[in-house]
Amino acid sequence: MSLESLPKPEDLKIDLKLPQKPWLDQPVNFKPGTYSYPGAAKNLRYLDLANPRGWSPTDEDWKLPDNWQEIILKGFKERLGKYRSFRLFMDTCVRCGACADKCHFFLGGGDPKNMPVLRAELLRSVYRNDFTLLGRMLGRMAGARELTVDVLKEWFYYFFQCTECRRCSVFCPYGIDTAEITMIGRELLNLVGLNINWVIEPAANCFRTGNHLGIPPHGLIDMWEFCVDDIENVTGIKVELPVNKKGAEVLMVTPSGDYFADPGTYTFMGYLMLFHELGLDYTWSTYASEGGNFGLFTSHEMIKRLNAKIYAEAKRLGVKWILGGECGHMWRVIHEYMDTMNGPADFLEEPVSPITGTKFENAKSTKMVHITEFTSDLLKHGKLNLDPSRNDHIRVTYHDSCNPARAAGLMDEPRYVIKHVCNNFFEMPESTIRENTFCCGGGAGLGNDENIEMRMRGGFPRANAVKYVRDKHQVNRLLCMCAIDRATLSTLMEYWAPDVSVGGIHELLANALIMKGEGKRTTDLRGDPLPGMEDEEDV
Amino acid sequence: MNAWVSVFSALFAVIFLVLAALLGVAALGLNGVFAIYIPYLASFIFLIGVVVRLVQWGRIPVPFAIPTTGGQGITLPWFKTAYFDSPHNLLGVIGRMAAEVLLFRSLFRNVKGEVREGPGLTFASSKWLWLAGILFHYAFLTIVVRHMRFFLEPVPSVIELLTSVDGFFQILVPTVFLTDIAFLVAAGYLFLRRVVIPQMRYLSLPADYFALFLILGIGISGVLMRQFIKVDLLKVKELTVSLANFHPVMPDGIGLIFYVHLFLVSCLMAYFPFSKLMHAPGVFLSPTRNLANDTRMRRHINPWNYPVKVHTYEEYEDEFRAKMKEVGIPVEKE
Repeated sequence: MSLESLPKPEDLKIDLKLPQKPWLDQPVNFKPGTYSYPGAAKNLRYLDLANPRGWSPTDEDWKLPDNWQEIILKGFKERLGKYRSFRLFMDTCVRCGACADKCHFFLGGGDPKNMPVLRAELLRSVYRNDFTLLGRMLGRMAGARELTVDVLKEWFYYFFQCTECRRCSVFCPYGIDTAEITMIGRELLNLVGLNINWVIEPAANCFRTGNHLGIPPHGLIDMWEFCVDDIENVTGIKVELPVNKKGAEVLMVTPSGDYFADPGTYTFMGYLMLFHELGLDYTWSTYASEGGNFGLFTSHEMIKRLNAKIYAEAKRLGVKWILGGECGHMWRVIHEYMDTMNGPADFLEEPVSPITGTKFENAKSTKMVHITEFTSDLLKHGKLNLDPSRNDHIRVTYHDSCNPARAAGLMDEPRYVIKHVCNNFFEMPESTIRENTFCCGGGAGLGNDENIEMRMRGGFPRANAVKYVRDKHQVNRLLCMCAIDRATLSTLMEYWAPDVSVGGIHELLANALIMKGEGKRTTDLRGDPLPGMEDEEDV
Repeated sequence: MNAWVSVFSALFAVIFLVLAALLGVAALGLNGVFAIYIPYLASFIFLIGVVVRLVQWGRIPVPFAIPTTGGQGITLPWFKTAYFDSPHNLLGVIGRMAAEVLLFRSLFRNVKGEVREGPGLTFASSKWLWLAGILFHYAFLTIVVRHMRFFLEPVPSVIELLTSVDGFFQILVPTVFLTDIAFLVAAGYLFLRRVVIPQMRYLSLPADYFALFLILGIGISGVLMRQFIKVDLLKVKELTVSLANFHPVMPDGIGLIFYVHLFLVSCLMAYFPFSKLMHAPGVFLSPTRNLANDTRMRRHINPWNYPVKVHTYEEYEDEFRAKMKEVGIPVEKE
């Protein structure tokens, strides 16, 4: 599916009409454009996941194992005993509805089952039926229902129609986190072989080659050297490209989206230029060449399996600490899971910037620092020679990616960098930034082409806010700190807010960065002329 | 479940309870059962039920620290940290929990998102739910504390004071309590929004209406008893003090409405541990609120962390060694 198959933005109806049938009885409708294709058998096999086979969500028969109900209920019970979060979130919701209009899929689509409360009720109705006294006694009167194939199909549709963005959790008076509900819902679905290929293929690729796109080590070198050449074209400087270098001080890990495709590549070039200019003793790794972690969209076990390579590689290479690139869900994994799952990282040292001597106290256990923390510190100490006017042709707004904002509290560091490297920065409305930020609509593995309608709908609240600053301040660049964003927001802008391009923070930093011995710069990293250089020969 | 079926089945359930009390006392003369045995049983179920549930919850591990960060986290010293919305130490967490429990912090954030033609989207701060919620809960608390005067002799001066403040305006005789009005208005609002807002009506279960009707029934019977259908308060107090001292006596001639009130309270207590009303103790345990955003500073331990199958560097190099050497990537085994 493509954008052309959708109605024009002004004709995309948001239908708030409610179905006649109560939600307990309303079956799911797999409408093209609103669901993702299932995981291919080869990928499931590679990861030793259950029930690899060919199937489609529109098939009547999903080729489930005979005892699928037993498997799921057993898995349900197990998780109720392993996650206090899960049990509490089943028990404590009062259905006050404060979460309802917080979900971007509900706001952009109107489907009542995209209200976070009802998404969770899909699990709760089964929980009541099989695990609570009142549910067993009163059945439907208590909102309980049996786990049937129809209910399972509903789970598949709606748990792969949630991007685990946690916006509803900010507003819930009990802190009920739909990301947690969805993560466990997807974990249960995976027990009987229900998942989507846009999640499982990157996970399988990452497991084997170290990155989502399945790029082997020699392919990585090609891509990275390509970026080095591009930098030379713009600046006249050939930057270093240290790869799998033992004994380096710092291991740099970034999402593969940063070097795989535009506009991520410009951010990747930004890192290369920054590190070169600093003379940082660091290395890239081909084995740990992925910061993203699609395990987060599969199961807790898969998070750990994929994340393990980062510490393992840091240990093998003998680095002192780890630096992480601009990525969204990666930062949830690094910040909230990595140390617990694969730590303690007692073979590393507490991170200290070799340039400024600043200790990163907030990362002293995990030993992994975010690139905007690192760069903010450089800027604070005046270690970089910058000319922000080189970005004067770009009018910037900043999209807080869900996970850095709501699962790490990384909000002011990126803004600090942005304000240093450009002169025209405009915030979107308050209800759409920082902890209130809206998802791009394509996180958690949903950023695929077949799901295009739901993506455009889910991204509508974000796009609407971008449109607002575009019209008010002539904003033409949406900055973000997430590789998934850079891919999905580009399409979202094409649909809802043309004329706004998407990019990363370190791309702008690199534009502004005056490097020692650089030639006269006439273009930015994208090859667009710098302000005042429009008439230069080589543009 | 059709929405109206939900509303009316819950309403009939509560009406049934009222009739049961009326019939039980007026027709069958089960005064002792409704005034002594059922309240004791209900209190027992309430206490044991809540404790058992809390122990159940408490025994489940918290494998991961998953705070929802509602503001800037701890970082380099020149960035201002959201000390309570994104707390990084125990004090901050206590502050965040206090704000959540005492002030309904998260509900206070509420912003209503509305879809317009175009399509467009507008946001407006919306504090009605917060206001009704906080009125309802504080009024409920005040009423419970005020009722202690029925169980304690002599009545502590604090409760006397609270009672007189609550009746400060001295409207009507006997004085109407402000909290009674607030309680009924807030509970009424919570009911109305459930039936008036289509999405709320769609997602509400009979249990949501049942709890509201039960609580409204308690409030209405209480106000009726105080303002309109008077009962002999001296006799009521004789009973309630005797209940509190575990030497129950059954005075004659307490009005019927009292039994209805007491029976509905008993039902609420017995229902509490099995229902969504457990949100009250549950909020204290919520891992997205009661954990610090310090996960890169301090390692959170998962008691059931287990080894998983990984793809090791050795396996990786074995697959790609030749190619790696070709492009000059250093390898472990030549």
